[in-house]
Amino acid sequence: MLSPQKTLDSYYLEARRDLLEVAAMLDRYDEAVKREGAKAGDESKKDSLLQAMKLLSQPDHPQANRAEQLLVHFAKIP
Amino acid sequence: MQIIQPHYHAIARTAQDYERMAMSGVVAVCEPAFWAGFDRRHPETFIDYFAQISEFEPTRAAEFGIRHFCWVAVNPKEAENKELTDEVLRQMPEFLEKPTCLGVGETGLHKSTPNEIESLQAHVEMAMKHDQLVLIHTPHLSDKAHGTKTVLEVLAGMDVNPDRIWIDHVEEQTIEPVLDAGYWAGMTLYPVTKCSPRRAVDILEKYPRERLLVNSSADWGPSDPFTLQESIVEFRRRGHSLQDAIEVYHNNPCRFLGQNPKWDIKPIVCTES
Repeated sequence: MLSPQKTLDSYYLEARRDLLEVAAMLDRYDEAVKREGAKAGDESKKDSLLQAMKLLSQPDHPQANRAEQLLVHFAKIP
Repeated sequence: MQIIQPHYHAIARTAQDYERMAMSGVVAVCEPAFWAGFDRRHPETFIDYFAQISEFEPTRAAEFGIRHFCWVAVNPKEAENKELTDEVLRQMPEFLEKPTCLGVGETGLHKSTPNEIESLQAHVEMAMKHDQLVLIHTPHLSDKAHGTKTVLEVLAGMDVNPDRIWIDHVEEQTIEPVLDAGYWAGMTLYPVTKCSPRRAVDILEKYPRERLLVNSSADWGPSDPFTLQESIVEFRRRGHSLQDAIEVYHNNPCRFLGQNPKWDIKPIVCTES
């Protein structure tokens, strides 16, 4: 099992990459809105991602179950 | 589709890469001199390395029908050793004359130390004196924005032609000042640490493409030469035409590198209707 520090050191760069991909995806959406002059008819997937990030940004998750909470959250999107 | 790998460290890769790249349409690779993963102690080691990438490696690539070109330089990490750098620079002009050597690179910055900056200036001066192209490495991760700014400041204080300088490893936070200053900008696609294939396509869609180059990652660390093909698939998947893909992934490298007459691969036009 990894120590707390080793966990951060081992996975920080991969998590950074994954967050950058999310940021880029949202930028891609905004650029498309600018290009077409209109938002998507159904923005629920975007809203779902933003809510998921809000959940992740909460500092304390004593049960260490963020992934489980996100899966439950994402299950609301058909 | 014919593809050019503008930044590829072949000596760190196996022949299987060449074989798979050839099967995927790669017609040429360009190998800048880089850091070997440890600091070399002797100028002679660099001389042998330059011989390897300018004489031997083209023969290995040719086995798979791929053209191999190279660049020579002391990379920014080892440029911290001033004595070594001075001696390698003294012997470098011999290699600039090699038939497949395209210019001076990759020079640049790693931690932006005074020795690195002095080495960058010396490399650029040598390139200008010998009428060579220049390939400039910019730092990774948290050093990138500051290092890129410093590279631009160093170049602004020198008598250079931006048309002949390619500043590499740009990302979203550094591309604008590089393009605004008139240089060519390269994106390097890594599985984790630099730009990604999708983000590269975002950048291709956001900025004028005339001075943009896309490289895969291919070295001794976690890297993947086929990030370049991933980027091409993503570009095409978003509806860009085959010719637009050819412009970015084949013709732009030809336009930049073709400023050196040793590069004889010409831009191509597809006949797809």
